[in-house]
Amino acid sequence: MTMQLKVNQRRLAFVHKLSRRWLAKAGLAVCAGWILGASAEVNTTGLAVTDKEVTVGILHSVTGTMAISETGSVQAEKLAIKQINAAGGVLGRQIKFIQEDGASDWPTFAEKSKKLLVNDKVAAVFGCWTSASRKAVLPIFEQYNGMLYYPTFYEGLEQSPNVIYTGQEATQQILAGIDWVVKEKGAKTFYLLGSDYIWPRTSNKIARKHIEKLGLKVVGEEYYPLGHTQFNSVINKIKLTKPDVIYAIVVGGSNVAFYKQLKAAGISLPKEKPLLLTISVTEDEILGIGGENMEGAYAAMKYFQSLDNPNNKAFVEAFKAEYGNNIVIGDVTQAAYLGPWLWKAAVEKAGSFDIDKVRAASPDIELTTAPEGYVKIHPNHHLWSKTRIGHALKDGQYKVVHETAELMEPDPFPKGYQ
Amino acid sequence: MFSDYTSAELLSIFAMQGFAGLILFSVFVLMALGLAIIFGQMGVINMAHGEFMILGAYVTYLISNLFATYLPSLFGIYFFIAMIISFVAAGALGALVEWSFIRFLYQRPLDTLLATWGLSLILQQVYRSVFGAREVGVTLPDWLMGSIPLTETIELPINGMFVMGLTLTIAVAVYLLMYKSRWGCQVRAVVQNRPMAAAVGINTARIDRITFALGCGIAGVAGSAFTMIGSTGPTAGQLYIVDTFLVVVFGGAASLLGTIASAFTISQAQSTMEFFLSGSMAKVLTLLTVVIILMIRPQGLFAMKVRK
Repeated sequence: MTMQLKVNQRRLAFVHKLSRRWLAKAGLAVCAGWILGASAEVNTTGLAVTDKEVTVGILHSVTGTMAISETGSVQAEKLAIKQINAAGGVLGRQIKFIQEDGASDWPTFAEKSKKLLVNDKVAAVFGCWTSASRKAVLPIFEQYNGMLYYPTFYEGLEQSPNVIYTGQEATQQILAGIDWVVKEKGAKTFYLLGSDYIWPRTSNKIARKHIEKLGLKVVGEEYYPLGHTQFNSVINKIKLTKPDVIYAIVVGGSNVAFYKQLKAAGISLPKEKPLLLTISVTEDEILGIGGENMEGAYAAMKYFQSLDNPNNKAFVEAFKAEYGNNIVIGDVTQAAYLGPWLWKAAVEKAGSFDIDKVRAASPDIELTTAPEGYVKIHPNHHLWSKTRIGHALKDGQYKVVHETAELMEPDPFPKGYQ
Repeated sequence: MFSDYTSAELLSIFAMQGFAGLILFSVFVLMALGLAIIFGQMGVINMAHGEFMILGAYVTYLISNLFATYLPSLFGIYFFIAMIISFVAAGALGALVEWSFIRFLYQRPLDTLLATWGLSLILQQVYRSVFGAREVGVTLPDWLMGSIPLTETIELPINGMFVMGLTLTIAVAVYLLMYKSRWGCQVRAVVQNRPMAAAVGINTARIDRITFALGCGIAGVAGSAFTMIGSTGPTAGQLYIVDTFLVVVFGGAASLLGTIASAFTISQAQSTMEFFLSGSMAKVLTLLTVVIILMIRPQGLFAMKVRK
């Protein structure tokens, strides 16, 4: 009896399995036929591409702590997609985006990226902001072979075949900034200051090596926990050691506290005694800090909203038309804007949406229409770009006072700096 | 480490550092007073304390914009008006919150913790929807900026002194209210023995509501004052909450004097260590010391003696 039942059950299970398998196969065949008929030649790996549309993903935090920073990137990516669509799309297909919220939480980023790659079959993802979120999604992108366009300036020490880094890696920002302040301002002593996590620490390590190579002196190096709001002690130490340059990589809410307290303690930035050079304060951050507190500081970055070239004028105008006149555009926002354009160029060069072909086509892709000027993808997946020095004005904008003559070569694993 | 400096330089730097410690002390007291009242007197763990502070900061931001647009001639004094309105706004929200759900959760401290944490998330998202995810910059009147130079190297930050003055004023006001007024007497009676207080005719529900509102109102004033030294964003309240709880718990939950003593100890320890060690290390050592002391003395520095 029991025997009979078992056999029956087994048979039933077999039939069930068979029918499921058959269904799945049939479904797949239908799908394949549909894709083959439509876009087979430009899409051999089953991405979400039809004759009319291609789907991409946007993955940033629009809630939680990081929403402050990532909002600009989302806006830039949407604007780029809109402009590309208006100009005829990519390989004749309109871009449709699916936006997911990483919610400032790294496991959520990983989960959402898996959803975008596995369920939605997106052809590219524009997203992430902090290094932590990028590190969280990296294994997913490598496992499911996706393509991520990552906009933030970051510490380097990474080079994934599945990521195009559209922001600067650390050496591009740091070396140019320090060289400038040494040459133009005669700086001899430096005080390094940062929030306590990987980017400021790695960046200051590179800065220290470079300063010491030039035969100059670091008189202090300090890190404060993220979110720290009391900087009076370190300001006293700065007063005591009297450096020529405060090299500040403070981020987030701490930024506001630091610059307000610096001013309150009688260190007037426009006097340049000491001079303040930062790589972490874009126009976005100045909104919170207040132009009057930041006035006189210098920043080393690849993009400032005030850059004077026709590309940038058109970009700023379009951005303001889309998001209102009061909006400001920082370095990362511009880098995020490059993502969809670089992807479009690579897809068109490859003549295919296939991730492997896009990757192979990516090195040496040039963009002459970038707001920052000319950029080119290096074989190491970072961008060749110029570094500029901006001088902060009272109205919250930077005035560009220097620009490197040549494009800076991206060097994510700098020899002699680790 | 001091061999490179002259004794005059060292003297001035120690003076400056002492002053930095005092500013930190006032900041801590200002943050913690509101929480100490709510936590200490009512036993409610208010996780949304930081968000009440940020409400004050946003009110200050709105008032500053209002003055800049309509009353530019009076811009210099807007800060005082902003603080009063912050107090009223945060207090009113506090009363509303107490009425709508905190009052059902008395005697259930863990539930109040969860409920107020939820409230903090709700408030954060409300701020984000209303004011945007980005931080806003609060423009200060010119007289609040900068510093007074005493000597060549000693400079006193004006906003720091302003916070100190404000803290002193509020601390004195709270002291008078709690220990010299009839209302304060009732509050203390309710804290010590609720049924007995009710039996002698004290309206304990009303006392609870006003106490909660007062605590939130003080948080609002603190937030308003902190626009001078910190950031104003939807999640900025989270920056203060850990330090605030640290001060209150270390001081002994039910004692306002304990809160002040603990703020003084922690601020001086932290600012001294920050000077000799790095910032992160100072924080670690401060927390470690507090944990060890709390292990030995779980009731905190000052505990109320009651017969249980």
